[in-house]
Amino acid sequence: MSYFLELLTNGALTGLMYSMVALGIVLIYKSSGVLNFAQGALVMMAGYGVWLFTSWGLPLWLAAIAALVAMFVLGLVIERFLLRTMVGQPIIMVVMLTLGLDVFLRGFGPGLLGTEPKQLDIGLGLAPLIMGDILANRTYVVGGIIALVLVGLALAFFRTRLGTKLRAVSDDHVSSWSVGISVEHAVAVSWGLAGICAVAAGTMWGSAQGVDWSLTALLFPAVAVVILGGIDSIVGALLGGLILGILGSVIPGYVDSLVGGSTRDVVTSVVILLTILFRPYGMFGREDIERI
Amino acid sequence: MFYRLSGVYHTRYSQTRQLWPIPADRWQVGILFALALLAPLYMSNLYLSSYMLPWLIFSTATLALTLLMGLAGQLHFGFAAVMAIGAYTSIHLTRAGVPLEIALLGSGLMSAVIGCVFGAAALRVKGLYLVMATLAMQFLVDWVITNVTVISGGATATLQTPSVRFLFIPLQSLTARYYLALAWTVIVVLFILNIKRTSFGRALVAVRDKDFAAAVIGVNIFKYKLLAFFASSFLGGISGAILAFCFYKAVTPSQFNFDVTIQLVAMALVGGLGSVIGGFLGTGFVLLIPIVLLNLISWIVGNGWLNVSTSLMAHIPMMLYGAMIIGFLLFEPLGLAKIYDNARKYLLVWPFRHTQS
Repeated sequence: MSYFLELLTNGALTGLMYSMVALGIVLIYKSSGVLNFAQGALVMMAGYGVWLFTSWGLPLWLAAIAALVAMFVLGLVIERFLLRTMVGQPIIMVVMLTLGLDVFLRGFGPGLLGTEPKQLDIGLGLAPLIMGDILANRTYVVGGIIALVLVGLALAFFRTRLGTKLRAVSDDHVSSWSVGISVEHAVAVSWGLAGICAVAAGTMWGSAQGVDWSLTALLFPAVAVVILGGIDSIVGALLGGLILGILGSVIPGYVDSLVGGSTRDVVTSVVILLTILFRPYGMFGREDIERI
Repeated sequence: MFYRLSGVYHTRYSQTRQLWPIPADRWQVGILFALALLAPLYMSNLYLSSYMLPWLIFSTATLALTLLMGLAGQLHFGFAAVMAIGAYTSIHLTRAGVPLEIALLGSGLMSAVIGCVFGAAALRVKGLYLVMATLAMQFLVDWVITNVTVISGGATATLQTPSVRFLFIPLQSLTARYYLALAWTVIVVLFILNIKRTSFGRALVAVRDKDFAAAVIGVNIFKYKLLAFFASSFLGGISGAILAFCFYKAVTPSQFNFDVTIQLVAMALVGGLGSVIGGFLGTGFVLLIPIVLLNLISWIVGNGWLNVSTSLMAHIPMMLYGAMIIGFLLFEPLGLAKIYDNARKYLLVWPFRHTQS
């Protein structure tokens, strides 16, 4: 039983960490209808950024802020020079563009800073957190808390003036234009916000497993989270992350020893397939009605 | 100029209906085919085995993918998995003593059936969700191949292709393998070129352009989407088997991972979706340009004009490859086929700038 509880807790914490990555995807999709396959690479770049700034001797909080600014700008640049030209193009173009960006950044980051994994010490120590008879990784606990805070902030943000604009843009581009909302501005802001989410995810995942190109592999679970929760739902990103994290921890915990490992990817794939089969718009996503 | 139409009179319907009605197209195809046929004579073994052979085989895979993505408009992000199924099936069949000719057909059928199972599941959705579903297929197939030791022999094991003969010719020499690949390329090219002229191809195009509208005019969209998945996976499976037997000669699961899928889609896109010549141009571009540019850069670095660290050097092909995908999508979304087409149309009416109409 305690084995199960431990799997459950750690799975839930991992899932919350996934939510941080997924939140960036949701923010971009909500405003522009683009599924950002480069979010994993953005997380990696953010991790490299924080590592680079700390290696220059900045304290962690200052490095994080500097990385926030850098990633916000990177998000704006990507939107302005790459995605804006893709408005109205077929979906394959947008998917391949973000995948191309992913490939480029995967070469760019390690190419400039070296392939070996960078240790990102955020001062939490390696001693596990003991709650009753459950052991949990401190980094994951803090990451989970940050994810909850981020989701809360995102929900609150959508109640502000700018957030209302973003909601309008996510509803319909043309009608937003007609009432004087700058759609380009809103989409750019959402890319910047996704950059900020990437900093949180990059810092926490980077300190959990080191900063290198393998951070881009977070894209796959994050996509599964987004599909499961609903591609345009912030609450969905949170709950989807929790469910996927728990499934991806409990099932491998019992099955891995039987079939020889790495069932986590299978769980992720099966979650994607089943969601698409039975409820393509996810748990909380908006059901799209297509017209000729 | 080259494509001059003056003096070309088609006096029979069969003449206008032929594959290449313009003589210039015909002799170009003839020259290219002769060049390909004579390649073992004038090419060194190194070029033949490490450039020509993968180019031809990956072109067939790209053409199979372009049948699905370009003609039928169904996105597929698990095509490397389809090829993997074909490769592993053919190897296991030949190991069981089945002759290669039948093993190739079997591998195509196996890929087509599994591809169709996923296709049928995925065809309830479209666009982005189809991308996700096929992506999930890629990871599931990868996992099954890696972890079921009967199939792959273990995660890190390589599976040697047995020594076989095709039509009584042993497939050991490079020349024999090259001609098998070339024969398969010719079959696929003729298939794709002709499919556009059949009712099947026109139905696929109708489904691509707007599936509801196609349904309104009486095209059974589910049937044709499934047929597109079947045909494309069949060709992709055999291409995977040919890739295993003619090029790799020993397969590991990592030769068919998600990166290969991205590469195949990039080949189809860079070449131009739905175009046959684009399939070849795109494959050549994606396979060769990073190598060429890397050689150029290492030559510059070797002359001491630029200082590049070794880790950056190692990642330059990847950056170039990503930048190339982005660049094509931004500046020539219709791909190399469009560039070729523009040049051809220019030459058709040369010395005028445009036709009068």
